[in-house]
Amino acid sequence: MPRTTPRWRHVAAVALLAPALALAACAGPGGAATQGGPAGAAPTGDPTPGGTLRFALGASPSGVDPQQVGTNVSIYIARQLADSLTDQDPKTGEIVPWLATSWDVSDDLTTFTFHLRDDVTFSDGTPLTATTVKANLDALTGPFGASAPLAASYLAGYQGATVVDDHTVTVTFDAPNAQFLQATSTVSLAILSDASVGADAAARLQGTIVGSGPFVLKSYTQDQGAVLTRRADYGWASAVSDHEGPAYVDEIDFSIVPESGVRAGGLASGQFDAVGDVLPQDVQQISAAGGSVLTRTNPGVTFVLQPNVTRGFLADVAVRRAVSQAINRPELVDTVLSDAFKPATSVLASTTPGYTDLSQDLAFDPDAAKAALDAAGWKPGADGIREKDGQKATFDVVYAPLFTGSQAVLELAQQQLRAVGVDLTLRQVTPAEQSALDKSGDYDTYYYNVTRADGDILRTQFPAAEGNRNRRPADPALDPLLAAELTQSDAAQRADTIAQAQRQIVDQGYAIPLFELAQSIGVGAKVHGVTFDASSRLLFHDAWVEQG
Amino acid sequence: MTRYVLGRVVAAVAVLWAAVTVSFVVLYLLPSDPVSVMLDNASAGQTVDPAQAAALRAQYGFDRGPVEQYLSQLGHTVTGDLGTSLTSGAPVRTLIAQAFPQTAALAAFALVLAVAVGGGTAVLASWTRSSRLRGLLLALPPLGVAVPGFWVGLLLLQLFSFRWYWFPAVGNDGFASLVLPAVTLAIPGAATVAQVLSQGLGAAWRSPYVETAFAKGASRGRVLGRHVLRNAVLPVLTVLGVLVGQLLAGSVVAETVFSRQGFGRLVEQAVTTQDIPVVQGLVVVAAAVFVVVNLAVDLAYPLLDPRIDLTGVLRPRRAPAARRTTALGRAA
Repeated sequence: MPRTTPRWRHVAAVALLAPALALAACAGPGGAATQGGPAGAAPTGDPTPGGTLRFALGASPSGVDPQQVGTNVSIYIARQLADSLTDQDPKTGEIVPWLATSWDVSDDLTTFTFHLRDDVTFSDGTPLTATTVKANLDALTGPFGASAPLAASYLAGYQGATVVDDHTVTVTFDAPNAQFLQATSTVSLAILSDASVGADAAARLQGTIVGSGPFVLKSYTQDQGAVLTRRADYGWASAVSDHEGPAYVDEIDFSIVPESGVRAGGLASGQFDAVGDVLPQDVQQISAAGGSVLTRTNPGVTFVLQPNVTRGFLADVAVRRAVSQAINRPELVDTVLSDAFKPATSVLASTTPGYTDLSQDLAFDPDAAKAALDAAGWKPGADGIREKDGQKATFDVVYAPLFTGSQAVLELAQQQLRAVGVDLTLRQVTPAEQSALDKSGDYDTYYYNVTRADGDILRTQFPAAEGNRNRRPADPALDPLLAAELTQSDAAQRADTIAQAQRQIVDQGYAIPLFELAQSIGVGAKVHGVTFDASSRLLFHDAWVEQG
Repeated sequence: MTRYVLGRVVAAVAVLWAAVTVSFVVLYLLPSDPVSVMLDNASAGQTVDPAQAAALRAQYGFDRGPVEQYLSQLGHTVTGDLGTSLTSGAPVRTLIAQAFPQTAALAAFALVLAVAVGGGTAVLASWTRSSRLRGLLLALPPLGVAVPGFWVGLLLLQLFSFRWYWFPAVGNDGFASLVLPAVTLAIPGAATVAQVLSQGLGAAWRSPYVETAFAKGASRGRVLGRHVLRNAVLPVLTVLGVLVGQLLAGSVVAETVFSRQGFGRLVEQAVTTQDIPVVQGLVVVAAAVFVVVNLAVDLAYPLLDPRIDLTGVLRPRRAPAARRTTALGRAA
């Protein structure tokens, strides 16, 4: 049976139709993407409650448990079912109250005390208490953490939680943990009811989920879809929402539609109210039918080439800088991606709190690149590819085509590098193979992105001590910065540390940033108030559909 | 007859065992580690605690040696336990049980369409005296085989769903949602049936018994219906066994384009995410379907052609007639 799939894929590719399998614009090895601010079309008139919002997802969710899932499409569903202690303002990156009305953080960033709302209930009727919060965190740091690795990573160094009173809980870490507050706003640390916390991990993925969110799960069928119904007694939306009370639509009906052309046609013909993963070629059809396309850049690490600095051509930092200069980032975006995307201007995307603009350092300068390669001893060879001591100026890139545009972007980068006499070889692999290569280090450059609305993402991707995708020796100018960021309570100071780290990563060519991933959501003419959260995942609490 | 069926059941079990074994070996040899794949799906690139990864590996039994893993899997398969999906945690048996009826309905409808349209085309081409119509009809099967299924699917969607709103574009709700995917799936099958039947009809028309029938005063329609068609239909029956396999394979495309839940989508998902227990479960089920369908086809031969004696399969040296049956049995 499996052999039928590649044959069809091949045919599909030949026909220049976007392969249905490569739809997850959002699922880099790191998952999804975002850009700030409510992305929904500006509401026209007052919201009208009622009705069903039919949403076509581009890929199958891996489940509906907020704490376990990592892909965008899963989060689109799971995020509606549960709330988190805090929320993050997508415009400012600021952490604002949600289930917790306020919090105190100790000066050394090891102790976090949350004061919970006293009017919150889960959909099974049980109230939100400090004990429930503690049970959630204890489970995530226990054996269940293996099934929720992202949440567990946010809780690294967790010593315990103390129930101070019914609505006050103190969380303690054995070392400073500056990223924890932002982490409490993520879907991974959403708070579930006691019943869900005790449930089996697999059962939770399949729908044994009781949260306090504006919607409850009515049904979920793997690979088919999910139906959510609104909670009429919901009244504790975060300050980021436009309104605090119950959601407007009665139901959200998620179906899975792998073909982008079918999603766009279904939206244009009124069979869907909103669709995910809109491809550039479908924008015309959607706007012709009166719909619009909402976009937001994913925060986190942009799509980058991360070099293995122990290998061949790219072992020399001067060469890595020259390669970066030879890449025309605006051309990558303008030629093969849509308006939704932006050229990278740092190793972090522009929507990431702590981002700093390094566009000067990432400017396109082919003459400087050629001069630098000449100076490094790489002279043009007979076939146009530079050579040094009989070695060719060549390197490979390992990539998994999770984001549909990746191959086209890399092919264009290949042409741009060719113009300065450098040969780039594309090695397309499956996500599983890429992950295996990540562990073995058998690559010249590794292509990926990761979504996280906090500069702490650099600490998880670039340290020499952990993972070390660069295979580099310790760098006294970078590693201390990555460690220090986690201990800094002063926001400005921490932002400065993260900015220095970005500068050092770009300067040393530890990553060659290419472009920022974006989410692209099509909505019909009658749909309003669909918004992106700070991580560029969708929220439906403010969404409404014009009736009649 | 009983002995023949028993023999076939033993052969079927051997095929299933081979399917489990080959799929285990192939999937075991893949360079990636299923637990890493699973964690990468969930962790969005964050570093995972090695102790937790090890715990997960132990939970799924991936820490054991290949022989032990193979024997344990074989044992579970015999008892009908196909394991647990790595991506969703759901039992593989449940996933397949949910998906299979959808695909069975789709494939059955597509098979009916394929036989009706393909057979109708061949019979009409054979019956008509207009050489122009015959030429036109006989040009259709090569076209039907040549057009890619996903292209046909998208074309049907553009016309019948997005432009004229006749059928829903997606989903598994009711008969209306079955029509377009079944048509998409039926086209290559119809083409195959038409091609095989046309050839069979052509050969049958040239047989001496046709002349005899005409000499006895039978009409053209009667000769076609009573004599020619009955003789030409046997190769079609042989092809049907293969066709069911094609339909199962084609469901990957049809179900993806039409966003239907089913066997094909499950295959596509499981292969993409390297959800190894699901892939293995699907291989076993697909092999079982294939075995059952081919057995059914073999048992149907004697009903159509009394000269065929299935007991002969087990004793091929007995008589010339039996030898012929063996050849047919293999072709199936």
